Amino acid sequence: MFGYEFYVDPSRCIGCQSCVQACAECDTHRGHSMIQFDFIDRRETIATAAFVCWHCEDPTCAQVCPADAIKKYDDGVVGSSLKPRCIACSNCVLACPFGIPKLMAPQQQMMKCDMCYDRTSAGKRPMCATVCPSQALAYVPPEVIARERREKAMNTFWFGEQKITTKVFMMVPAEKSEVHVDVADYIWEAEDALVSQTE
Amino acid sequence: MAKVPASLESLTEEYGPHLNYTPPGGWQDAAHEGPEKLVKTHCCFCGQQCGIQLRVRGSRVVGFEPWEDFPFNRGMLCPKGVKRYLQGSHPDRLLDPLLRSDHGFRKATWDEALDFTARRLREIQERYGKDAVAIYGGASLTTEKAYLLGKFARVALGTRHIDYNGRLCMVSAGVAYKLALGIDRSPLPWSDIPKAQVLLIVGANIGECAPITTDYVWRCRENGGKLIVADPRMTPITRNADLYLPVRPGTDLALLLGMLHVILREGLEDREFIQAHTTGFAEVAASVQGWDPRTAAEYSGVPPEAIERAARWFAEAGRAIALHARGTEHQSKGVENCLAIINLCLATGNIGRAGAGCAMITGQGNGQGGREHGQKCDQLPGARSLLDPEARAHVARVWGIQPEELPQAGLTAEEIMEAIHRGEIKALLSMCFNPLVSLPDANYTREALEGLEFFGVVDFFLSETAQLADVVLAGSLQEEEEGVTCSTEGRVIHIQKAVDPPGNAREDSWIYCELARRLGKGRYFSFTSPREIFDELREASRGGVADYYGITYEKIDRQMGVFWPCPSLDHPGTPRLYEDLHFHQPDGKARFLVTEWRESGDPVDRDYPVYLTTGRVVSQYLSGTQTRRIGALVDQYPEPRVEMHPRLASRLGIAQDDWVTVATRRTEITLRASVVRTIRPDTVFIPYHWPHDRSANRLTHRTLDPRSKIPEFKVSACRVQKAARPGGKA
Repeated sequence: MFGYEFYVDPSRCIGCQSCVQACAECDTHRGHSMIQFDFIDRRETIATAAFVCWHCEDPTCAQVCPADAIKKYDDGVVGSSLKPRCIACSNCVLACPFGIPKLMAPQQQMMKCDMCYDRTSAGKRPMCATVCPSQALAYVPPEVIARERREKAMNTFWFGEQKITTKVFMMVPAEKSEVHVDVADYIWEAEDALVSQTE
Repeated sequence: MAKVPASLESLTEEYGPHLNYTPPGGWQDAAHEGPEKLVKTHCCFCGQQCGIQLRVRGSRVVGFEPWEDFPFNRGMLCPKGVKRYLQGSHPDRLLDPLLRSDHGFRKATWDEALDFTARRLREIQERYGKDAVAIYGGASLTTEKAYLLGKFARVALGTRHIDYNGRLCMVSAGVAYKLALGIDRSPLPWSDIPKAQVLLIVGANIGECAPITTDYVWRCRENGGKLIVADPRMTPITRNADLYLPVRPGTDLALLLGMLHVILREGLEDREFIQAHTTGFAEVAASVQGWDPRTAAEYSGVPPEAIERAARWFAEAGRAIALHARGTEHQSKGVENCLAIINLCLATGNIGRAGAGCAMITGQGNGQGGREHGQKCDQLPGARSLLDPEARAHVARVWGIQPEELPQAGLTAEEIMEAIHRGEIKALLSMCFNPLVSLPDANYTREALEGLEFFGVVDFFLSETAQLADVVLAGSLQEEEEGVTCSTEGRVIHIQKAVDPPGNAREDSWIYCELARRLGKGRYFSFTSPREIFDELREASRGGVADYYGITYEKIDRQMGVFWPCPSLDHPGTPRLYEDLHFHQPDGKARFLVTEWRESGDPVDRDYPVYLTTGRVVSQYLSGTQTRRIGALVDQYPEPRVEMHPRLASRLGIAQDDWVTVATRRTEITLRASVVRTIRPDTVFIPYHWPHDRSANRLTHRTLDPRSKIPEFKVSACRVQKAARPGGKA
């Protein structure tokens, strides 16, 4: 849908799994959910998180695909693998820094969230973001997010040396502009000091 | 007489619960060809009553599509709403009336089943008197069905005893709101929630039991609002609480009295409002003098500083809202708890304007509408009192009978079960109620039901309770009959008929009209459509508190719901009550009412040292009659577990997934442990949706709030120990 973007705010997630259930109702993959859902650590906390595919600007899954089965569309959405091409090698499953693609064993095909291409191309919002009761998953115009949320939308992630820019935005505290997911990025010592003992 | 007629295994094999995972025709594309229509209606489950579109192909509901234009939920749905469509074509669905046989049940014709039911009811009334028959209704029924049931009890049977499972839901709040403010309805529309500067949420697991309300709460926070959550467990909304108050089960009142004490001690009350619009303040002020934060902390387990902070935040905000639900209402002082919440709002002038006030969060689908028009034991249509001579005269006129013919008020739901147990009530006709799972002290409930001389059930699935019936009349799902319900906001909405009942199942209202005819009262039940019932209901409610006269199906569709009261056809409805600060009391003033501390009906002691509290999970609904048959929902939370803190677990040598036996003064059950840091160390929690040896309600007790008659589901005393395997006592 023109003028709409996808936003993920794990701090809003209440763990209801409505997204998981609704995703399985979508026409292109009926009976299978493409949502990543986690209880972060149920013993310690009620925190949960639900994610869709982040739809990278330069998708690692597509880069590593030996069969050229994964396509990024003009609007930035990265599709599931093309059935006639996919060889079920799982390269994409292993390479994706976010752990999104899934090998569907019965079909021998990689499938993943395509941001409900059938719905968005027909002027409907993606199923998960439409039903999400807490709007932890939201599909709205950027000006709405800017106006209605305390937190800020961000789409740059650092995985060590690899910088990834995504179509889907993550809501982060207002003072952050990018997210580092590697512990080393938070350590005070210089990198040399950490690896020196290997010599 | 009413023993289960066959083994549990054989009944389960034939009638379920079986798990249904797939829509009719399966997931494959071939099953999804052909013309399809979308029916705009509402979810059949909780009191949020979310708008939803059902996808209908031929005579079957095959899926759903979000309804983004409906203003309350704007397309949002919880997992129960997403999967609700799997019931209509479910293999367990009852397609014929059933009569008890030597080996279980056998199919019967409608004439056979209805004649038998009418004959047994007549015989028992002739032998033991009219009040020997009781009617159970339910708060998931449309308002038309609830109205019809009330009329059926009073006109067709002439019994005093009709009550409904809403008695297990929010009656404590209803009583409190009626006493203090005059009207049993949430005074504010949900669109007020994001406008509050402070939200106080007491005993409400919003994330799991009213999931759509979460977005309203989060929007309040995004607007800069502060969130205070009082609960013995950190439920999902607690993750963003600015202040969490870990109240000990059954002690909400101490916390609330402590808060009012602080507000008055620090002079934070709204004197002008109190003076102009309330009575009884001086008595309440005197009654909280002894409830200093230290005392309140000793009772509630909430630190004194936290009580002070909560009180200051609530009183100093220009606009504050208090939301509450079953946690605080399911107590033997449930009415007091709700009155104390109202007192906080009145003391701080938080009512009757945008972003300010108090609200109960309805649990059951038509929890609000289902209690307004006559299936409550002491109420007539329009939320009129059965004790009020004028109300009796009005309703008798609409019904075409003499006021003297109307029975007096009868017993409440749990009291009816106790009268059955004592042998005073001999026959029960139950619809939309699964008391064997939902009433407290389930073994007692079973004993009572087994002593009935006649037990008839109207249901679409064979619930655990229906297994005990002499006759089961195959009724209709919500989407199989048109009608209205009233949501948690007081918004009356339109339930559309999407399909006909399958097989020989019939619309619920047809069943009751046919029974009335066989009882010789057909002339009062000549309805041929829900619309005719609704038109009579509008007339019966006219001039009452819950005045529906100005509501029509077309107006509901046009306005996306109509908030009652709506006294005339040109009236737009009333989203927010008391905007003129005129309360529904003879003097127009709201009442401060004194609330006194009492112990729980099942106090902890040396033998039973741990608190047991019960509740729900997001993927199941109430007694599970419907949701325990939907595969994807069962997979999400397959079995009840005993939630306990690591500190309690390690003291008892219990690890995650161990079997543990929880024993109360009633009996014991054995379930797996879930060891989590998100519950008070002195408390265990068990969700109650399951029957038999997994039934939390085998453990709960029958102490009732003296005014609302709600059972104290949220506070029992128990003993917990590690077990070798599942099993244990019945």
